Amino acid sequence: MARIDLDLAHAYRPNPRDDSDYALLPLTMSFRDGGAYALLGPSGCGKTTMLNIMSGLLVPSQGTVKFDGVDVTCATPQQRNIAQVFQFPVIYDTMTVAENLAFPLRNRKVPEDQIKKRVGEIAEMLDMSGQLNQRAAGLAADAKQKISVGRGLVRPDVSAVLFDEPLTVIDPHLKWQLRRKLKQIHHELKLTLIYVTHDQVEALTFAEEVVVMTRGRAVQTGSADALFERPRHTFVGHFIGSPGMNFLPATVDGGALRVADRPLALPPGRSMPDGDLKLGVRPEYVVKTAPGDPAALPFTVMLVQDIGTHLMLTARIGEHTLKARLNPASRVPQVGEEVWLQVMGPHTCLYLNDELVDA
Amino acid sequence: MNTSKFQARTLFLIAYILFALLPIYWMVNMSFKTNSEILSSFSFFPQQFTWDNYKTIFTDASWYSGYINSLIYVAINTVISITVALPAAYAFSRYSFLGDKHVFFWLLTNRMTPPAVFLLPFFQLYTTVGLMDTHIAVALAHLLFNVPLAVWILEGFMSGIPREIDETAYIDGYSFPRFFVRIFLPLIKAGVGVAAFFCFMFSWVELLLARTLTSVNAKPIVATMTRTVSASGMDWATLAAAGVLTIVPGAIVIWFVRNYIAKGFAMGRV
Amino acid sequence: MSTTTKPVNQKAWLLVLPVIICVAFSAILPLMTVVNYSVQDIISPERRVFVGTEWFASVMRDEELHAALWRQLTFSLAVLAVEIPLGIALALSMPAQGWKASLVLVLVALSLLIPWNVVGTIWQIYGRADIGLLGAMLQKVGFDYSYTGNATHAWVTVLMMDVWHWTPLVALLCYAGLRSIPDAYYQAARIDGASKFAVFRYIQLPKMRGVLMIAVLLRFMDSFMIYTEPFVLTGGGPGNATTFLSQYLTQKAVGQFDLGPAAAFSLIYFLIILLLCFILYNWMQRVGTQEKEGVE
Repeated sequence: MARIDLDLAHAYRPNPRDDSDYALLPLTMSFRDGGAYALLGPSGCGKTTMLNIMSGLLVPSQGTVKFDGVDVTCATPQQRNIAQVFQFPVIYDTMTVAENLAFPLRNRKVPEDQIKKRVGEIAEMLDMSGQLNQRAAGLAADAKQKISVGRGLVRPDVSAVLFDEPLTVIDPHLKWQLRRKLKQIHHELKLTLIYVTHDQVEALTFAEEVVVMTRGRAVQTGSADALFERPRHTFVGHFIGSPGMNFLPATVDGGALRVADRPLALPPGRSMPDGDLKLGVRPEYVVKTAPGDPAALPFTVMLVQDIGTHLMLTARIGEHTLKARLNPASRVPQVGEEVWLQVMGPHTCLYLNDELVDA
Repeated sequence: MNTSKFQARTLFLIAYILFALLPIYWMVNMSFKTNSEILSSFSFFPQQFTWDNYKTIFTDASWYSGYINSLIYVAINTVISITVALPAAYAFSRYSFLGDKHVFFWLLTNRMTPPAVFLLPFFQLYTTVGLMDTHIAVALAHLLFNVPLAVWILEGFMSGIPREIDETAYIDGYSFPRFFVRIFLPLIKAGVGVAAFFCFMFSWVELLLARTLTSVNAKPIVATMTRTVSASGMDWATLAAAGVLTIVPGAIVIWFVRNYIAKGFAMGRV
Repeated sequence: MSTTTKPVNQKAWLLVLPVIICVAFSAILPLMTVVNYSVQDIISPERRVFVGTEWFASVMRDEELHAALWRQLTFSLAVLAVEIPLGIALALSMPAQGWKASLVLVLVALSLLIPWNVVGTIWQIYGRADIGLLGAMLQKVGFDYSYTGNATHAWVTVLMMDVWHWTPLVALLCYAGLRSIPDAYYQAARIDGASKFAVFRYIQLPKMRGVLMIAVLLRFMDSFMIYTEPFVLTGGGPGNATTFLSQYLTQKAVGQFDLGPAAAFSLIYFLIILLLCFILYNWMQRVGTQEKEGVE
């Protein structure tokens, strides 16, 4: 178990000039010992690059990686004592489950009786004790992934376990089982776990803290709550949540806020810089109010979907659309009807140049 | 990177390539010498470099016609092999029908037939049909082992294309021939290339059947060369030049399909 | 063939028909002729006597045939013993990507595209003491090498020629197999602390199993049918030291005009190969399905 400190950047070319030359823009980050983290972002955002730099499969073009304060930037994965689980199960086809789990220990010349004990413990934790003598090649994908995870856990002094989208090939109905298992393992072993994914549900349920990344940048790090309530970047607002945050263009002129060409009341105590902003509000926090409400705007209903637990309203103002989650018990608006929706509230965020304006 | 292991690998590779190329180089070397130089002295480079041997081959009809004949029947064979193999491979890949596994196996066994077994029957068969000493005879004879191989390779590649593509095309209103030519073929381009390469290869290199079925008109280069060997006075120089020239088409073909070779040997199934 | 469920469609036979016609023309008709001859004594083109299985019996008792069969088996096994390990080693040493990979690929594959008689000619020249590099070099170090005079030398030369000719096939098959291994396997092995040998034994070799079986099948079959190269190089000599099955058959059929026994022998030859092919093919299919089940 180790604390990992990153202070680095990674560029595609030796002399990077602008942002697009970087796979990872300069960043500083710490992962505390025993924490469960997720690196979340769309494809190509650099999360796998960051993972590989942490595991030692890749050396950053500049900067350092430290494990418990020791510089391991150029150390191999073995030297760092990490474990990595890949997108598809990596197992040794010719061996049984037990032999697979024992492999890392055998390579270290650990005595056989200790190996047996440890393999038994890990198999127990993974609910695979009954399959120890089966050939690994014949098992289903989720069992194989468990073996991959097990091989990482079998070393008692493993510094961190890194996961690179490990549930990609698992059937959907088995995914949550594996997720639960991983959380259980984290709880029991208290290892540093770092999990890369593009699926926000996986990230938010697995991790204590999530690092949201896009195009080489770590945009925000925080708990699920923080990411949901106060996204520091429009990308985070858009990426987290299903559907993501609504964004409406706004202008502030001399302290007065106008959204879609209509005035909107600024809550007392909130000051805004002048200029073109974006107003961000989550569908969950948009409420239907009475016409004329100073914190609301008139919208034309375009579509109402009954999701079962709620109604999803899609409405239009000018050229902009907005989604709102409505209580299923409330009256269903008709298409074409005008509704007033409150968009300014305690959960609304304002963004200047896509960055959150702190109030 | 483990440098000492790396060097051992490279050394081994270099050693093998030397082993592989030296005999060929030696023949190239000889092809640029005169017969008298070959027999009298021994050197790595021709002391009296000469193009004469190649000139002989390019000007003497009995030599160059050999190459042309070979190229003709190889081309005919490749075209026929691929053409008949395509629909069959499609059938094996997409459908299950009565006896399909057995037919497939039977096809493969033809690849395993010793040509020597068919020497005499072929001779009699083609004489009866009146096709002796024609290019088409050799092309047809070579179908024996090339068609099964082409079907095997193409089926492997076709199985790698999801059936959904076929179904979508039918829903979109494509007739089968149109679908096959406009949509399917481009997808298995690599497979067709690989199959054609192997058909070319096995037909180009085969001697026994090619020599048995031809005498004058369609005599392939491989037969011309062996006739030279059986003559009493060995014309080593010309023989060497002829040999070098038989390697050239092969080298060109490999160069063009080099990217497909690795994929091809995998035949989409490994 | 793929094992996922396929729709049944008997009309697919129409698609297969052209292939069957072509191959039947090239295979079944001649085969029928052979069968026809094998049960007759053709004393002259007009006089034929039905003799049933007499030729088969005499062929089976033929001492020379036994000798040729024995020589053939030994040769084929020797071929496998050398070419398979060498091919694997070669595949492991070939670069995986880049321009070097293309270049090495072409250089290695070159020997596969040389007409078989030219292969024989190349080695015929190469091995001679007067005009060949190998022959002259061996002569210089005092080794009395003669592939025409000494049976053992002839054997070794024929073997070396086959190795030179066909190892690239094994190597290219293994190379393709190796390229199909995703990087993650090597990365995981590094993380697990595996030695280079462990990587070979537990990752590379198992993944090459499919291609290796194809290689063994092809090489065994083709070496069992070898004709041209040894014929050009040694003519089957000295004596009959390098007369393998195909040449023995050709001698009998063409040289001695014993059509009946030759035909009978042809059939036996064919049946031996068929049997071996059937066994190996089924084994391949069985392991193939095992692997498929193990994949997902």
